[in-house]
Amino acid sequence: MKNGVGVPQNIVLFGGTSEIGQQVAARLLQPGVARLTLVARDVDAAAAFGESLDTEAEVEIVRFDGADHAAMESVVDEVSAGGRDIDVAIIAHGVLAEGTDYYAAPARVAEVLSVNTVASAALLYAVAARMRSQGYGRIILLSSVAGVRVRKGNPVYGASKAAIDSLAVAVDHELAGTGASILVVRPGFVESKMTAGMKKAPFATTPAAVADIVAKAANSTATVVYAPSVLRFVFGVFRLLPQAVWRRLPLN
Amino acid sequence: MTKQRLSGWGRTAWTVSDTVVPADVEAIRTVVAASPHRGVIARGLGRSYGAAAQNAGGSVLLMPGTAVGAPYSLDDNTGIVTAPAGMSLDDILRDSVPRGWFVPVTPGTRFVTVGGAIASDIHGKNHHFDGSFGQHVRSMRVLLSSGEIVRLSPEENAAWFWATVGGMGLTGVVLDAEIRTLKIGSSRVRVETERLTDFDAVVAAMSSDGADDTYRYSVAWVDLVATGRSMGRGVLTRGDHATAAEAGGGDDVLAYDPKVRLAAPPWVPNQLLNKLSIKAFNEVWYRKAPSRRHVGIESIPTFFHPLDGVRQWNTLYGSQGFIQYQFIVPLGQVEVLRRVIEAFSGQGVASFLAVLKRMGPQNAAPMSFPTEGWTLTLDMAAGLRGLPELLARVDTMVLDAGGRHYLAKDSHVAPSAVRRGYPRFAEWQEVRAEMDPTGRWNSDLARRLGLMEKG
Repeated sequence: MKNGVGVPQNIVLFGGTSEIGQQVAARLLQPGVARLTLVARDVDAAAAFGESLDTEAEVEIVRFDGADHAAMESVVDEVSAGGRDIDVAIIAHGVLAEGTDYYAAPARVAEVLSVNTVASAALLYAVAARMRSQGYGRIILLSSVAGVRVRKGNPVYGASKAAIDSLAVAVDHELAGTGASILVVRPGFVESKMTAGMKKAPFATTPAAVADIVAKAANSTATVVYAPSVLRFVFGVFRLLPQAVWRRLPLN
Repeated sequence: MTKQRLSGWGRTAWTVSDTVVPADVEAIRTVVAASPHRGVIARGLGRSYGAAAQNAGGSVLLMPGTAVGAPYSLDDNTGIVTAPAGMSLDDILRDSVPRGWFVPVTPGTRFVTVGGAIASDIHGKNHHFDGSFGQHVRSMRVLLSSGEIVRLSPEENAAWFWATVGGMGLTGVVLDAEIRTLKIGSSRVRVETERLTDFDAVVAAMSSDGADDTYRYSVAWVDLVATGRSMGRGVLTRGDHATAAEAGGGDDVLAYDPKVRLAAPPWVPNQLLNKLSIKAFNEVWYRKAPSRRHVGIESIPTFFHPLDGVRQWNTLYGSQGFIQYQFIVPLGQVEVLRRVIEAFSGQGVASFLAVLKRMGPQNAAPMSFPTEGWTLTLDMAAGLRGLPELLARVDTMVLDAGGRHYLAKDSHVAPSAVRRGYPRFAEWQEVRAEMDPTGRWNSDLARRLGLMEKG
């Protein structure tokens, strides 16, 4: 159960090795949190993160395959075993697959879409169903500005985020009145291991800075939050640009 | 059943429950049978500050205004009131005061129901003199989750009676109760007001050797915003019901007409109650009290229910809501009170209203909050930065001093705080389980604190 000063008792991080996800979870770990469940494919890396945390909360590790959409329902059952409520769920698993030559290997689109879109969508619904029956709960879905206006370079990633992002915004709408809600987080370029070696984009940010913004928005009624927040205006313009203008922008 | 978003008076931790206004006892039985998973809780007027009367994903019985329970009556010879659980103290007072009877215990608001008063075992300014609400309940009828209705009193099913007093609604649904009221000679209160320049003076004046025991009602407002030597300065008000002669005689000595004078504006900026405005308020409140002891005659609403004059005053804190922090420490732990006050003011937490009271001995209810000691109540905006850490620190100070927190106001303590603060918690759990073997009652408060979980 969440408390009156905005602290959740049970937090579940899906994608327990995601750097942004970890930072968000760490930022939400305030006195009052009883349990943090890290759901990850790489349980050792998740456990190492758990051990690095200075917290009184119990840290629990659960294995899952982030590409296995069919398993998501049972994963949610597992993390809410014994009737335990999920107060906050952070959905952070994803792949970037930067530099993949999809022209040479068209089938590889499935790797990205199956994790970022299909499995995430199944997970989103599984968690939402659970929270709807709880009568409360907040889902924090890590999306990306790449999904707001999909651009060349890595359109598969952008499109995978565009799909899950628009789905989540609509599901949040559907959940109105149930007590459950979704916060869609759209970070810009985040310096992390996922983007190591890549050229920094303007308004680059860090996982910790994203986490600060998310922690604040988690206790609000917001559906969408950008990190840094200036990107709301930047992408508000970008998404409206005619393709002909968009194509001429120097950042493309 | 209707899906409804509910919170306590503090307007924090909103969740959605299925609400039902039960037409009769049978309707409650139906709801209980239909809610095997997330349970049922009864709700009165929603004046408890935290999540005691809401049940996320489960069912909530809205008791006010229902025909459940015995109808209201007052015996003019004995002063015994019979009231349905959903009836408010406000409703009772409107009838009883003109007939010369006053509720035995009233909190700072008269908008609480009889059921809620029992479930929270509420206390008032007369705790050191008269004890808490449960001590004035002669008997009550409670609907158990099995569907059976039992009569409980201190003589009949005593263990179940005292588990229900202060039991936060988790033993069953109170249907009605017989309450002993107090004979009064007038509808006025004779009040002595005294301004005290610092915290030590307030504590000294309220100690039992400071003649506090000779007053039925006694409470001090303390200024927690003032710093330095003025820290904890306050205004002590003490009194008793005025006799007919003191109230000026005449035909209208028992006249009672509580009015809600103002309504808080429907929309409030989140920063309305900020450090500066609270400081200014505290200064004015202190200055308006007479510097020397002053004796006056006040009305019941002015003395007992000043905030009820403003409808929905709880919205003044804006959209993030507020918490009310009330704890008690044993009489010898005045130093801890001081440290708690310093912890809050040191972090810039400004409290609009802070109230200090010396409580009398604990009653027989295992989960009743009041016990001999000092209780301090302060409220603060829920969205303050760093509040969870600060509260955790203060909670530990309170518990280490042998103190505890008031569940009717709690919005944040850890499950361990109940286990440490209430030494008879396990005993209460056993009695509760006896009354509700299938575990059908539940609330957000119970879920957060693990009140149904062993150990």
